Amino acid sequence: LKPPPNNPHTALRSHESALAAILVVLITFFTWQNPAFLTAGNAAELVNGNAFLALLALGVFVVLLSGGIDVSFTATAAAAQFGTALFLVHHGGNLFTTFLIAASIGLALGLINALLIHALRIPSIIVTLATLNLYQGLLVGLSGGRWIYTLPPWFQQIGHWKLHLPGLGNQAGLSFGALLLAAAAVTTAVLLRCTLPGRGLYALGGNETAARRIGFNPLHLRLLAYGFLGMLAGCAGTLNTLQVQVASPSAIVGRELDVFAAVVLGGANLNGGRGTLHGTLLGVALIAVLNNGLTLMRIPALWSRVLIGLVLILSVVAAAWRERSRHQPLHTSHPIP
Amino acid sequence: VTLLPRQIQRVPENAILALMLALAFGLMSVLNPSHFLSPANLQSMAFQLPELGLLALAMMLPLLTGGINLAIIAISNLAGITTALTLLALVPDPASSSIAVLATIAALIAGLATATAAGSAAGLLIARFEVAPILATLGLMLFLEGFNLVLTQGRALSGLPNTLHFLGNETLAGIPVPLLLFLGSTLAISLFLNRTPAGRSLYLLGANPVATRFSGIHNPRLLLITYLISGLLAGLAGLIMISRFNSAKAGYGQSYLLVTLLAAVLGGTRATGGFGRVSGLLLALLTLQTVASGLNLLRVNAHFTNALWGAILLVTMALNRYTRAHRKPD
Repeated sequence: LKPPPNNPHTALRSHESALAAILVVLITFFTWQNPAFLTAGNAAELVNGNAFLALLALGVFVVLLSGGIDVSFTATAAAAQFGTALFLVHHGGNLFTTFLIAASIGLALGLINALLIHALRIPSIIVTLATLNLYQGLLVGLSGGRWIYTLPPWFQQIGHWKLHLPGLGNQAGLSFGALLLAAAAVTTAVLLRCTLPGRGLYALGGNETAARRIGFNPLHLRLLAYGFLGMLAGCAGTLNTLQVQVASPSAIVGRELDVFAAVVLGGANLNGGRGTLHGTLLGVALIAVLNNGLTLMRIPALWSRVLIGLVLILSVVAAAWRERSRHQPLHTSHPIP
Repeated sequence: VTLLPRQIQRVPENAILALMLALAFGLMSVLNPSHFLSPANLQSMAFQLPELGLLALAMMLPLLTGGINLAIIAISNLAGITTALTLLALVPDPASSSIAVLATIAALIAGLATATAAGSAAGLLIARFEVAPILATLGLMLFLEGFNLVLTQGRALSGLPNTLHFLGNETLAGIPVPLLLFLGSTLAISLFLNRTPAGRSLYLLGANPVATRFSGIHNPRLLLITYLISGLLAGLAGLIMISRFNSAKAGYGQSYLLVTLLAAVLGGTRATGGFGRVSGLLLALLTLQTVASGLNLLRVNAHFTNALWGAILLVTMALNRYTRAHRKPD
């Protein structure tokens, strides 16, 4: 399948180069401020610590690409985290079954979102705002908000496990989360670049009617996009358990700021059909470096939230600006996708 | 595909809403007659409704234009926090009443001005920079949530002078002050929407922005006004909120976001813009407040109530889709 003429890979090249340039400037600045910043150890910790954010960002990127939005993914991650932890405590299992269960719970909740959006023809923001409250309300209500600590010993060992890369010394090591992220990124890349449904997601986001006319089934594509995000959110939720060794029903909801900031910064926007995977990963890297650098500079966490919020607003403006310079739109009020 | 026969489709939406309200009220009265029908409960409902009502109005206006304002809760908290900080700075000692009244007025104005500015910022992003309303207001919401936390350092700001008390807790001629504020705002918005050229254009903008543009309407200015008013209404709700809680905090009223959307949609406002009436919103609000107070009296877990709002929103949307005769062609 040939890429469409309005190919995001060429149209947004300047955007991704700009992101990379900003990233280099930030890294240089933080290294100048604190030489501990540019070390293999810190770099590996950065990847390990932000695998959760990156997994969610990959999923949200795919949904934005399809022209929709999903704000329920934090609740999905929380539900999968709690369900998986419950299973671990009562039935044990191994690493494979653990993430299989997490992905299945996430997938199921994501598919529900897609079915509702399709069947009710409601803007995706309203459906997912409703399911955010539905999933989270049921989760906290049914679980009584209790935390699960008593995870099996092997699960704790995997949480501490690190893959030491040759030549980087004993300090630097990639955790299981980093490997999971690499696998997810490769899967996303293959899905979007090499498969017909992946190209269909670009088509659906660009113009739903056109996508339907050329033979794509919007329902199937939505199931793919929201199901994929659900699956990644489920994995991210359990990855979070792996990292902090506790499952808490209310710990994940409310952490969407970094995810949206990273994805929008990466070039995806709500008009759909735009954005690239490496742009998203660069966006995640920028947010991760910014958070890490601000911590190293001892700027209070509350302030870094404001700063990231500002970055988010500036990047939506930049995205809208790019969109406008591409073609002068006829209308000035965007429909809700 | 419509599931209902034609006769039912012709029944005005407000009649269905009134029936729903009666059913909800009846159900809660039957389930818990001694508590639900008590004057104390009815009065507390009258004090609670205005906050939600003002926020729902703030949500409805952008919906009419085909947009959405996800930042209303963050804006109302911003207004509350601004007012509280101003008051705490001007009146260090809550007991001193000599300057308290003037300071309170100044602080309230500061709160409303901040909220209006935040609303205009959303409007500016949407109208001038042509950012999709979801992303613009989502970004603003997340930014303001962080900003509110910085302003309060995550604490609740208390020790406010009692001159603020009247706004959320007292009655004027037997009617709660917040209810008066809400009814006044409702009337003003209703007049704005139905009797002014800008209000009528707002519906048109939601139905067909290209058509309004070619009829000589300045779409960006209209959008800016919409989000400005939305911010102002959210700010007013925030001031009532801090008066009722007697403190200001970054996270107050977060569960309201979905309920305001629910009230608007239940009241007949189309999520895609162009349709919706204040009277429908009022009936929907009364129904939701009835259900909320009833469930609260039955000691239903607040998390289940939140889940229920989500479910009701989905069911309402489903009913709208399968019962409305005139729906958008696919």
